[in-house]
Amino acid sequence: MGKASLEVAQQHATGPAGPGGAGTPAQDMARVREIISRLRDRPAPLLPILQAIQKEMGWISEEAMVEVAEALGIHPSQVYGVTTFYTLFATRPKGKHVIRVCASAPCHVPGAGAVLEALKKALGVEVGETTPDGKFTLELTSCIGVCGVAPAIMIDDRVYGNLKPADIGAILARY
Amino acid sequence: MAKVTLTIDGRKVEAERGMTVLEAARLAGINIPTLCYLENLNAIGACRVCVVEVKGAKTLQASCVLPVADGMEVWTNSPAVRASRRTTVELLLSDHPTECTTCIRNGTCELQALAEALGIRRVRFQGEKHGGVPDQSSPSIVRDNAKCVLCRRCVAVCEKVQSVKAIGPQERGFATAIAPPFDLPLADSVCVNCGQCTLVCPTGALHERDDTELVWAALADPRKHVVVQTAPATRVTVGEMFGMPPGSVVTGKMVAALRRLGFDRVFDTDFTADLTIVEEGYELVHRLQEGGVLPMITSCSPGWIKFIETFFPDMLPNLSTCKSPQQMFGALAKTYYARKVGIDPADIFVVSIMPCTAKKFEARRPEMTASGYPDIDAVLTTRELGRMLKEAGVAFDALPEEPYDEPLGVSTGAGAIFGATGGVMEAALRTAYEVVTGKTLPSLDFESVRGMEGIKEATVDLDGTQIRVAVAHTLGNARRVLEAVRADPGRYHFIEIMACPGGCIGGGGQPIPTTDEIRRKRIEAIYRVDRDMPIRKSHENPVIKVLYQEFLGEPNSHKAHELLHTHYQPRYQYATL
Repeated sequence: MGKASLEVAQQHATGPAGPGGAGTPAQDMARVREIISRLRDRPAPLLPILQAIQKEMGWISEEAMVEVAEALGIHPSQVYGVTTFYTLFATRPKGKHVIRVCASAPCHVPGAGAVLEALKKALGVEVGETTPDGKFTLELTSCIGVCGVAPAIMIDDRVYGNLKPADIGAILARY
Repeated sequence: MAKVTLTIDGRKVEAERGMTVLEAARLAGINIPTLCYLENLNAIGACRVCVVEVKGAKTLQASCVLPVADGMEVWTNSPAVRASRRTTVELLLSDHPTECTTCIRNGTCELQALAEALGIRRVRFQGEKHGGVPDQSSPSIVRDNAKCVLCRRCVAVCEKVQSVKAIGPQERGFATAIAPPFDLPLADSVCVNCGQCTLVCPTGALHERDDTELVWAALADPRKHVVVQTAPATRVTVGEMFGMPPGSVVTGKMVAALRRLGFDRVFDTDFTADLTIVEEGYELVHRLQEGGVLPMITSCSPGWIKFIETFFPDMLPNLSTCKSPQQMFGALAKTYYARKVGIDPADIFVVSIMPCTAKKFEARRPEMTASGYPDIDAVLTTRELGRMLKEAGVAFDALPEEPYDEPLGVSTGAGAIFGATGGVMEAALRTAYEVVTGKTLPSLDFESVRGMEGIKEATVDLDGTQIRVAVAHTLGNARRVLEAVRADPGRYHFIEIMACPGGCIGGGGQPIPTTDEIRRKRIEAIYRVDRDMPIRKSHENPVIKVLYQEFLGEPNSHKAHELLHTHYQPRYQYATL
């Protein structure tokens, strides 16, 4: 093994994927309504509400988007447009851990492609898919700001850099 | 308004402060090409086709969003500008299906015209293409994202004019698609099928469903007795499909053209527009006298019907129960007319020529089969009729003027003005006045309900009874009127609503281009048709009188209700959730 892979703790807006659909549908919607009532009076409340739903529920369901639209007096096509614009919002439940492979040029050049192939092989899924055991979801992301240690990936809010395909097994084994 | 002076292409140009460089240039006769720009509706600087060079600016500027300033020096045709525009359009073409010869917008496509204007002879770029399968779920509108250039003109018209917001930009970057939310097919979305998006789409990404094959097949079938009805607004627009100027009245040529195509009878929706007025007029008088639900709202416009079902279901009792003239025609063609000519209604095929994409949806509604047969078998927009005539080689300009067939082709000026905003109201008032007062109207022209103003109000004196009326066109204005009625239910007695700007003359199935200026010319033409008719009041239509004597009995009779009236259902905004 070459240079040790770098591990960086990093905060980001969404936190780890939460326990999506943990309650009954009625309980989930009650939580959504509670989030809306807590944040709806903020200026420009749409993003804070979506962020809170993502953080607390792990994903944003169609029912939740319709609820948000009705509460804010906008149309579901607009809420859906915003939700799908930001890659950190999930419109489907995800695995327990979300792996994001940086697809920007500084990671692409030193070998992000090979790292991605190793991840696909180890997990047995394509980009956008979740492993059958519900443990991992594999995604691409644009630059995560650690170009100095390219190629890099994030697993939940943890960053791994200077990666080679051979590092993947040991990293996945931690989860 | 404060004036500023700027220089465009070396010429001093005066403009009003707050104008954009694009507007100032156009006023000065300098035409800057555009693609995503839509006057008064969409100026977002997205497509970068309208870029200009500005002295002192580091980069080229999008002129559609660039305010004029005193002393500004602008170049609209410099080498840098031309190179940038060319690159932009080539990049758009590199992700566009180059199937112009088979595209429904061949000849009316703005991207095609732009490529031609910029002299683009090859595309230097090759890359990923969007591809994908068109969404054909809707009976009215086809959505083909492979041809979408993401200009957002459809989004602007759907949101700002119609307040429907059925579609919007979803996802991001290369994956961006203009679509309903949640990957819903258009048919399951809140789309009301008005088709205004098909008028503003610069390409073939949004277009009417083409039903011409259905009609060709019926015309070729010797067992079918194929009758056609023409909507009021089509007689002032179909000429545009053949290069005639907007506002040309082509009623007689259209009738002749339809005969050339092989229709067995050419009838007129104006006839059932007259019938609608009688049925609706009596319904209004009944509601006024018996304490029925008021205000009563017209029900001729199928985009409007789906709108109220979806967004104001609690107000459905306010709708007139009258079917639209299209549907009344079909119901009579397969009963009264079938019996009169001794043809089995199963062998009668009814085609409508409509200015409207939503009429295709209306014709398929399950409510519309009271005779035991579908009222209407196929609906063609004005554009589809134009294409059929071209395919058949009909020399439209050279045709003689021919009259409609009897009996269902006899109509009045009141039926004709159904095609313009305010026309149904005016036609209804002409009849209601005389029915209620028993007197003859001193003047037939109700000027206060005419014209392009979004919401028009008037008070009409029906022999001592003051009737307060409102007329709204566009669904955004309809929404405003309904909200006003919710706040003050006694505000009006009678409301006319048409879904499209200007009324049916500006319908989603009309020739492209349809601009406000063109709409005004078509409206003038409609009122010319009315003025020149020998009879201008629906209740004086002689065939309507015979129809009641021979068949319906009297207005709002049991039989009239069975065939000519209906009820609508609330719709959930997201039925699938």
